[in-house]
Amino acid sequence: MPGMTIAEKILSEHSGKEARAGDIVFCDVDFMVVPDSTGIFTVRSFKEMEGKKVCDPNKIMFVFDHCSPPPNQHIANMQKYERDFVLSQGVILAEGGEGVCHQLAVEKGYASAGKLVVGADSHTCTYGAVGAFATGVGATDMAATMISGKNWFKVPETIRVNLKNDLPAGCTAKDIILTVIGKIGAEGGNYKAFEFYGDYFEKCTLDDRMTIANMVVEMGGKTGFTCFSGLGIQADEDAVYCETVEIDLAEVVPCVAKPHTVDNWAPVSEVAGKPINYAFIGSCTNGRFEDLKAAADILRGGKLARGVRLLVVPASKDILLRAADEGVLKDLVDAGAAVFTPSCAACVGTHGGVPADGETVLSTTNRNFKGRMGNPNADIYLVSPMTLAASCLTGVITDPRPYVKE
Amino acid sequence: MRIQGRVWKYGDDINTDYIFPGVHTYVLMSDEEMGTHAMEGIDTDFTKNAVKGDIIVAGKNWGCGSSREQAVKCLKARGIGALVVVSAARIFYRNAINEGFPVVICPEAVETTQPGEQISIDFDKGQITNAKGVYSFKPYSEHIQSLMQCGGLLPYIRQSLAE
Repeated sequence: MPGMTIAEKILSEHSGKEARAGDIVFCDVDFMVVPDSTGIFTVRSFKEMEGKKVCDPNKIMFVFDHCSPPPNQHIANMQKYERDFVLSQGVILAEGGEGVCHQLAVEKGYASAGKLVVGADSHTCTYGAVGAFATGVGATDMAATMISGKNWFKVPETIRVNLKNDLPAGCTAKDIILTVIGKIGAEGGNYKAFEFYGDYFEKCTLDDRMTIANMVVEMGGKTGFTCFSGLGIQADEDAVYCETVEIDLAEVVPCVAKPHTVDNWAPVSEVAGKPINYAFIGSCTNGRFEDLKAAADILRGGKLARGVRLLVVPASKDILLRAADEGVLKDLVDAGAAVFTPSCAACVGTHGGVPADGETVLSTTNRNFKGRMGNPNADIYLVSPMTLAASCLTGVITDPRPYVKE
Repeated sequence: MRIQGRVWKYGDDINTDYIFPGVHTYVLMSDEEMGTHAMEGIDTDFTKNAVKGDIIVAGKNWGCGSSREQAVKCLKARGIGALVVVSAARIFYRNAINEGFPVVICPEAVETTQPGEQISIDFDKGQITNAKGVYSFKPYSEHIQSLMQCGGLLPYIRQSLAE
């Protein structure tokens, strides 16, 4: 038999039998992540299934992030319903303000190499950055897993993405993954796992790896591993891949996903000069320390162009504190940014920063679907924190490379 | 099982924000109420006029985007008989199985089906019939069929907890 991909290895380990691409296996799940948005429905399904106690309270984390602090009475009451369940079951609780569930799962070490993690959120795939097989499920699926500690998985085929050469200055991990998505397409990875390779991963940071793993779901991916010598798990050398994609990092340029699909790739040069109204730095994609710092380095000493609003939302409390300690918040706020408590905020349009009709929005998040940020009449461009910051200074979409201090 | 219904037709990449906009995800509403918001992000004609038994036919990557289960529940509650697509995004497909809502993968039938026409789906034979012809599709695997026959994951778990 040929060797195994990382996905096959982890699912074999957790099902107790050899799991090959295409097989359906029942697995023990190591950890479960439930954000507030789907948590309410998870709790309801759990009760409808007549579940009494969760399988193991130490394996389950509920996070109040998608809509916390709550913007109105109705949502506050919904969260109370969920919180009552959390407290009665004794599961791990991350209250509003602690951060985005995916950031916390990695920061707190709940996701790590070789683990099998499910989350009731599509961006659970982020934990491939630390070597976990992590994937999103729906609320009913989550409730069933919380009761039994198990779930079924179809073993995915794996697409191998080779990144060669070095990334030019002024480009970021976001530009890499937007380029990959533009090439593979919004459906090109449906039901597939990804393994990313390249010397780039030996030099880049965890923040960069998380940005890349985070967005594999935008190609339909089930999970995605950013492979390097320190990942803690590796595929066999003779593992079988369904497809191999080659990307030359030397050719990557600052880029955007134009409205209204994530694979609607364009170089910044194609849309440069377009006036912007609103910009958002945050989310499980690009709300980490280095993202904030990259933006602050460009904005330091400058001011937002007149008529441009900037909202900054760190992805966790730790990131917020570090950004405060190291002066990054000061640079951002001095330039004119508004700062909101760690949460999903403007990304998903349920609280904190909805754009107006006809506005053009730059966002460091992962989705630009019509209505994604709460208003179907706004146009969302997905960009790196550098492109966002340079554009905030000029008021129009701007190539960040001339603004990057070496 | 055989169903027949009028077709609503869509293109590729119909995401979960189109099917059930994010602004409604934070409301603990009944399935019936979810049904009143179905397709609100992309087709308010559907939202107003779809009736029980209608069938949705669409291109590739149906249901891409978030894991929100309401994207399946709202269609099921609206009485949509089935979804016939070129392909469905992974989490939507899985959620549909868990809800007992049939998703049929049949690119050939999608290509020749016209909006508004009546089509029929025979789940036992694995066949779709439209004005242009008869098209075969691969039925669900045995494991999935047993789950679907229970009515979805919730009744399935309830049953296995009782056993």
